[in-house]
Amino acid sequence: MKILVCISKTPDTTAKIAFTDNNTKFDVNGVQWIINPNDEYYALVRAVELKEANPDMVIHLVTVGAADADALIRKALAIGGDEAIRVNTESEDSFSIASQIAAVAREGVYDIIFTGKETIDYNGSSVGGMVAELLDLPYVSLATKFDLNGNTATVSREIEGGEEVCETGLPVVVSCNKGMAEQRIPNMRGIMAARTKPLKVVEPVATDALTSIAEFSLPPAKAGVKLIDADNVAELVRLLREEAKVI
Amino acid sequence: MSVLIFIDIADDGTVKKSSLEALTYGRDIAQQAGTAAGAVVLKPAKEDLAGLGKYGISKIYQVANDALKNFDAQVYTHVLAQVVQSSGSDIIVFSNNADGKAIAPRLSARLKAGLVSGALALPEISNGFVVKKSVFSGKAFANIKVSSPIKIIALNPNAYKTEAGDGTAQIENFDATIPEAKVKVIIVNRQSGEVPLAEATTVVSGGRGLKGPENWGIVENLAKELHAALACSRPVADAHWRPHNEHVGQTGGAIAPNLYIAIGISGAIQHLAGVNRSKTIVVINKDPEAPFFKAADYGIVGDLFEVVPKLTEAIKQLK
Repeated sequence: MKILVCISKTPDTTAKIAFTDNNTKFDVNGVQWIINPNDEYYALVRAVELKEANPDMVIHLVTVGAADADALIRKALAIGGDEAIRVNTESEDSFSIASQIAAVAREGVYDIIFTGKETIDYNGSSVGGMVAELLDLPYVSLATKFDLNGNTATVSREIEGGEEVCETGLPVVVSCNKGMAEQRIPNMRGIMAARTKPLKVVEPVATDALTSIAEFSLPPAKAGVKLIDADNVAELVRLLREEAKVI
Repeated sequence: MSVLIFIDIADDGTVKKSSLEALTYGRDIAQQAGTAAGAVVLKPAKEDLAGLGKYGISKIYQVANDALKNFDAQVYTHVLAQVVQSSGSDIIVFSNNADGKAIAPRLSARLKAGLVSGALALPEISNGFVVKKSVFSGKAFANIKVSSPIKIIALNPNAYKTEAGDGTAQIENFDATIPEAKVKVIIVNRQSGEVPLAEATTVVSGGRGLKGPENWGIVENLAKELHAALACSRPVADAHWRPHNEHVGQTGGAIAPNLYIAIGISGAIQHLAGVNRSKTIVVINKDPEAPFFKAADYGIVGDLFEVVPKLTEAIKQLK
């Protein structure tokens, strides 16, 4: 059985968000890059757990990006996975990324394709669904649990105010949400092994972006907090009612 | 140009609040573009659909088929694509809720239609088609230009105010080809009576300052008094004090209620990312140096075990 885990590179969760070129580009100056936490903690770690239960399983990682993503792919390989594929192109929009991943998936013929529920920079939550449609495969989004029983997967997904448990055959595309697995810190053995794992670089297929970023902006700064005495909660209630008008 | 809005139906057969927002939003796009707004319903509804005309919708396509009681994004996409094609719609609006996030990307890939997920405002259509969305987990906004002939927008819950007028919609039964579902829903677990977190207008959230899951009663009492949904910080969910679906923050859910009350949460940048689009933020924390106070509108420095029950009592007395 083969699993493909989609990995993307995002700014660190504490990175300062600023823009350059008339607010059209993200300012990468001084930014630390990490593996998108949703891809790492939930998608990748769950794939590794499935392989631990079934050592015959093969895990491939895929990322769409330039050579500067290689260090992060090695880090992902230190957590788990047998080999990685990097599609050598700058990512444009969700559709162009999904088109590249779909091309890799057609080539590799996978039983399970995992993505994180969204990237923490673009917050699109779209690539998984697009890959599924391009490959004409079933898709379960925002999955909090994924178990295999032969060729049937039982998947829980988040819905408003609860969860839905569903069953699907393979192959399937799943976007992974909190609950699927827990973050793992790579150990020394994993880091050493990752150095020699294959990292294939493939050229992109022709595709068109459907959207582009015209401009970024930052939210207006808060006016500053109004502190209320702990013995005077009635004043807080009055402010919430008369000033903020929220209760 | 014409607009088509996907209407999501809750288990009890009513239209979800986030879909009413999408209806109002879609109607306003149609008005701005000088065209008509239609809607489509796939799940069985108990509500009087013609009455949704009061949101400015002239026509509702209804696909009445029991097979659609089972939610499979692949099947829904297949059916929606037929409605889009037959109605000639070129702006498709979803709510960016759980089902919207499952279907909108599929429809986008199927129709080669650019998708803006997490939209916050009406599109600018005077010069191209540009939609504002939240990026960097709420820390910034991006204006996204959609260049394809068909455009898809998934509107964030609580980002657009519902507004009804008068009117009746014409219902058209739409005869669609429905492929067999590969995903079969076997169980739906829903906490009944609770407000869904993503749609809630008021959210009460607890952090490590509560010291343990056994102390959540005071948070729940306050939430009950305010008809609020419950949320929590990441350490609380990781320690299994509260279920994962209550975790808000960069790697949990992102919410934008009118009122967010943070109790015993220090306000790490990753937590703020998930909640900073809330309109009013109240922070209750004993540490005056807690970073959350910098992002708050109102704050109380004090012992939450004393302050929160007093606050609950004060709100009770309002009624």
